Amino acid sequence: METVTTDSPRNVHIDMGARKPNARPSGEPVFEVADLAVYYGPFRAIRDVSMSIAQHQITALIGPSGCGKTTMLRCFNRMNDLIETARVEGSVRYHGADLYDKRVDPVEVRRRIGMVFQKPNPFPKSIYDNIAFGPKVAGFKGDLDDVVEESLQKAALWDEVRNRLKESAMGLSGGQQQRLCIARCIAVRPDVILMDEPCSALDPIATGRIEDLMQNLKDEFTIVVVTHNMQQAARVSDMTAFFTAEVNEEQDRRTGVLVEYDKTEQMFTNPSDERTENYVTGRFG
Amino acid sequence: MAIAAKGPRTSDVVAQQLRGRSTDVKGIIFQAALLFALLLSLLILLVLIADVARGGLGVFQERGGEFLRGRLTVVSPTTAGVGQGIVGSLLLLIFVVLMAFPVGVAAAIYLEEYASDTRFNRFIDVNIRNLAGVPSIVYGLLGLVIFVQVLAPLTGGKTVMAGGLTLAILVLPIVIITSMEALRAVPDSIREAGFGVGATRWEVIRSHVLPAAAPGILTGTVLSISRAIGETAPLLVVGATTGLLATGGRGFFESFREGYTALPVVVFRWTSLPNEDFRALTSAAIIVLLIMTLSANAIAIILRNRYERKW
Amino acid sequence: MAQAAMSPTGIDLSGNPRRRRKETLIRRVFQAAAVVSVVVSAAIVFSLVGRAGYFLAQVDLATLIAPSDGWFPRRGSFDVMTIFAGTLLVSGIGMLVAAPLGLGAAIYLSEYARPRVRRYLKPILEILAGVPSVVLGFFAITWITPQIVERIVPGAQFFNMAAAGIAVGILITPLVAAVAEDAFRSVPQSLREASYGMGARKRSTTLNVVVPAAVSGVVASLILALSRAIGETMIVAIASGATGGSAFTLDPAAPGQTMTAAMTALAIGSDQVRGTEGTFESLYFIGLLLFLITLALNVISDRFVRRVRQKY
Repeated sequence: METVTTDSPRNVHIDMGARKPNARPSGEPVFEVADLAVYYGPFRAIRDVSMSIAQHQITALIGPSGCGKTTMLRCFNRMNDLIETARVEGSVRYHGADLYDKRVDPVEVRRRIGMVFQKPNPFPKSIYDNIAFGPKVAGFKGDLDDVVEESLQKAALWDEVRNRLKESAMGLSGGQQQRLCIARCIAVRPDVILMDEPCSALDPIATGRIEDLMQNLKDEFTIVVVTHNMQQAARVSDMTAFFTAEVNEEQDRRTGVLVEYDKTEQMFTNPSDERTENYVTGRFG
Repeated sequence: MAIAAKGPRTSDVVAQQLRGRSTDVKGIIFQAALLFALLLSLLILLVLIADVARGGLGVFQERGGEFLRGRLTVVSPTTAGVGQGIVGSLLLLIFVVLMAFPVGVAAAIYLEEYASDTRFNRFIDVNIRNLAGVPSIVYGLLGLVIFVQVLAPLTGGKTVMAGGLTLAILVLPIVIITSMEALRAVPDSIREAGFGVGATRWEVIRSHVLPAAAPGILTGTVLSISRAIGETAPLLVVGATTGLLATGGRGFFESFREGYTALPVVVFRWTSLPNEDFRALTSAAIIVLLIMTLSANAIAIILRNRYERKW
Repeated sequence: MAQAAMSPTGIDLSGNPRRRRKETLIRRVFQAAAVVSVVVSAAIVFSLVGRAGYFLAQVDLATLIAPSDGWFPRRGSFDVMTIFAGTLLVSGIGMLVAAPLGLGAAIYLSEYARPRVRRYLKPILEILAGVPSVVLGFFAITWITPQIVERIVPGAQFFNMAAAGIAVGILITPLVAAVAEDAFRSVPQSLREASYGMGARKRSTTLNVVVPAAVSGVVASLILALSRAIGETMIVAIASGATGGSAFTLDPAAPGQTMTAAMTALAIGSDQVRGTEGTFESLYFIGLLLFLITLALNVISDRFVRRVRQKY
């Protein structure tokens, strides 16, 4: 098996000039983003993002609201395709393959790169059917019961729902629903799990369980998580990318830029950019 | 404190002021007028039903089920009945169900789920809204030219098929618009969840969007059935028979290419007769017609209210 | 474990070709269904324009606007003003009935009715919307004429345009109520609260805040109802009389002919005598006029509805 290597560490583009090259994550890269810009109609939502994301690590994207974290995340599995006016420039490579190549089927991309959303969004069906849907449409031929059990166990939900698999998922609590969504995601055996503020609609106890779960899942999956909660990023992630918004006064539009990307510990103890420091210390945002 | 005890207590003064001015007479009159408008609209429905019932129930008492089987005639009120009208209306509905529903729901799915915001798709959307407002008699002219004349080799002229296709096209915009509304009410989070686990658009629609929108779509289709049962003008134009009609003794499929009448056409025909005896028959036929259309309407409304989902 | 994660490069992301083909095919089928609606519009225009053109070629255009002749297709008098006036008169009466009733009911349901009351009354109004127009036509001659018209205008004729107009008004009242109520309910609660916050009463809040905010929707509901009234056929065919033709008249207590009633008369051949050349084709000419008038009204009303949507 070959390993993908890049010739030199990629630098993050910041117009004002980065003072120091951002650290590369250790380990094999799953995603390599180069000069990425996303437009919604005529407006640029993010620009000049370059970063790479390592396997079996948890990468957190943080920043104030409107800084393009979610836009960035949705580029990784082409969810932006669903927004009609969205347009992507630059490149996102997944294990070396260009995700935005014409021949790429976004459906296949999303099978490999799953997503968990901000608000728990179970299908209004039974718990079992929620999990079984993904494998079914992917043409899974084995025993679905096993997949359902295994996925629920990995999502630490099995013990709570084993006796009511046929009941509606809408009857679960918010935290349970979100773990069900994670189980649903796991069921199609993805390579990467993208999480878009997965705990923002949950109480602290449910949040804690999801965070524990993320730690357990990282052995098997690569996780990219968007969060506005800095403590959460500090608790769970290995790498942290800090985005901020440049405000265009004339048009009242914000364009997100990547300010700094480094090991989480470094980001929170000794950030190299003043803006990062202001943000993580709570002076801004 | 001792000083304050002399005058009226502050709390009493405030309480007095909070009681406000005298009764708001204008407000009450206004509200009463509004309520009157609403109740008058509802009262008309009651008067209409009472008027028709008074005139028509006697026919059922005298002749019972025989009236429901009787033939369309304008000469002998004692044997005339609505049998052919009911059969004709049901035959017409077959076309509405088989043509308008699949095409209408499919068009709605395209416009809500697939269509991007191009000029052509916007044109289709506006076009459908305008079609919904075209008077029904104009659809009759469309049917007369296209189904009765141009497509005569297929339909056989002024037949059930020509009438049924005309009604199907007439209700198509209603089916499309109500189905689109039902699809729009399904939250995007459901679709995203489906796409997020690697399903194609159709897989997401079939497994999640359509089931969630089904009650709304069903409501629209039942409403359009009600509309189709009550439509008269286009059928007159495309040649529903208002006179004597042979009882077709032939097979089910042959009957599509034969002359026909429909229940509302029978009502219209009898209404225009000067003979007083037919007045009661008309009321009786209207009772049958109202039972068919209003029960379809009521079913649609109940369906909608029961499944009105809060996301 | 996690097989996909092990494969390093050369990943095939092109997906399952069969699944993609199926997806494309389904999309095409749905698209074709949507295009059917365009075909229907084209068919309407095709059906109307050719025959209407033939009619215009047959008649002396000057006679189309000659109220002294009236509308007697059998005699070759095709004065459009006569039936247009009839249409305006009947739909005008209809609007006089429907606007106060429909808007009053809408305001009551939206602003005053308690949720429980609303839950029961609104469906009844919707059921009224389901009464077929042929039934209202019958109701017009059996009840409205003797109970209402003859009381207001003693000596009114049995068939008269007033009864037809009132019945048309009853028909479109639920439409006005439904569209207007949607408009009132889409006025944000915060506007009402702002008014109450300044000490306004319910009546002034309704009249000075809610109704002005929903004015686009109210206008839309009225235009839509007018369009429906103009296109309504069976009520006038039954109740307004003058099936053979009519002289120009604006007397609501007298029989008269509207555009749609004239079309019905031609279509069912209530005058079996073949008139002059192009008599039957006049049907298509009126149809085309009717189509254009209602289309214009619908487009205008749609504009107003859109304005409501944009605001909130």
